[in-house]
Amino acid sequence: MTENTDLRYTAEHEWVLIEGSVATIGITAYAAAQLGDIVYLDLPEAGTAIAGGSVVGEIESTKSVGELFAPVDGTVVETNAAVVDSPELVNSDPLGEGWLIKVEFTELPTLLSADEYGALTGAGA
Amino acid sequence: MTSTAPRSSPLHAVHEAAGASFTDFAGWQMPVRYSSDLAEHHAVRAAAGLFDLSHMAEFRVSGRGAAAFLDLALAGEISAIEVGQAKYSLLLADDGGIIDDLVVYRTADDVFLVVANASNREHVAAALEERAEPASAPFELADVSDDTALIAVQGPASRSILEATAGLEVTGIDTLRYYRAIPASFESTPVLLARTGYTGEDGFELYLEPARAEGLWQAVARAGEPFGLVPAGLASRDTLRLEAGMPLYGHELGLHTQPLQAGLGRVPALGKPRFVGREALERGPGADARVLVGLVGEGRRAARAGYLVYASDDSTTPIGEVTSGALSPSLGTPIAMAYVDPAFREPGAQLSIDIRGTRLGYRTTTLPFYRRKKD
Repeated sequence: MTENTDLRYTAEHEWVLIEGSVATIGITAYAAAQLGDIVYLDLPEAGTAIAGGSVVGEIESTKSVGELFAPVDGTVVETNAAVVDSPELVNSDPLGEGWLIKVEFTELPTLLSADEYGALTGAGA
Repeated sequence: MTSTAPRSSPLHAVHEAAGASFTDFAGWQMPVRYSSDLAEHHAVRAAAGLFDLSHMAEFRVSGRGAAAFLDLALAGEISAIEVGQAKYSLLLADDGGIIDDLVVYRTADDVFLVVANASNREHVAAALEERAEPASAPFELADVSDDTALIAVQGPASRSILEATAGLEVTGIDTLRYYRAIPASFESTPVLLARTGYTGEDGFELYLEPARAEGLWQAVARAGEPFGLVPAGLASRDTLRLEAGMPLYGHELGLHTQPLQAGLGRVPALGKPRFVGREALERGPGADARVLVGLVGEGRRAARAGYLVYASDDSTTPIGEVTSGALSPSLGTPIAMAYVDPAFREPGAQLSIDIRGTRLGYRTTTLPFYRRKKD
């Protein structure tokens, strides 16, 4: 299980775990709670080139649709098949089994620390 | 709404303690979910859910002229309902548009409780006041919303739970029929106990003074625990009513919709010589007016309110618009209600909905999507 302190965040409520040149991306517990029960995910396939800041996927709950923004430039190397089959993993374990995509990034933008993100949501990740 | 400060239910502290997430609904801070809206939905279908509906608006109409007044003001024949009976009705504008949909209870020969949507409280109050005629028999109209809390217990275990609720005194719950209400009491406070609801399940709605709402809520929650009762928020209420094909004001119903278009052609009593909106209903909404249909899709992507409906995947002229939609928790398929051109109203029509740039096939179907098994 990942320690929260290893993670970086975006203002769009994503978390990013950097390991070498690969960024694992998911949505925060705050975002998952705001969306409610997630029932459908539309994620980019492996091999897709993505540009930081653009919408690359959709996260649907019973009540609403959230967009997944690419936090980095790069190429998707893996999509979490388990979470596509069982979207509820995003609610039950957003920072762990509920990860969404892994991206081989070309450039890393400035991301938020846990404290900075916590200040943004008024609570914490 | 004229007021800007959010209002909160007399049960707000109870919801906070239960870990609820809140949403703004018609100017009220109400629980949207406690933990999982899917779990709350399934609990109502399988066991029971406990809802706080204290935001709803209530009006008391009483006196010798009350029944005749409601016959004029509302579309249904309110004078024909018996004491202890409830009736779903509509408040129409002169042009036949729907100002609100409401439930009317006759609680005594000359006393009626009119329950309206929270979002329409002021419109309903204004319309009712306007419709009082000086020459008619006297009656009193009072907005009792602030003096009325509403708790709903919905689901197959509802009756057993209320029978087990400590402090709730009620005689005749076992024989109480659907859309009937009886006087009850909770620790000597009067309660109006009605077999009504908005979920498609058996269930009850309990009206009482706000100061006692917390006591009743806790007592029902305790009694319900062994039955699998959970507190349920507005998110599950919305998917439950959608599956049950029940319209929601502001989505399926509005000022530009006549009852016939919404599939509510039987609600207005056209046998009544006079009521507001009657002439417009006689003229009808027009042969090409859109009508409400149910739609069922494949896969897991839900069409949502505002999405456009097309006759086929390659047509570019919309023939309708979605008013509500969700991935049905009970059925596992996407369901939606939409207004479509009358040529596409027949069940089985294959249509196409633009879901954020992707066209997906949906088939028209009869409502409701879900029907409970009668015991």
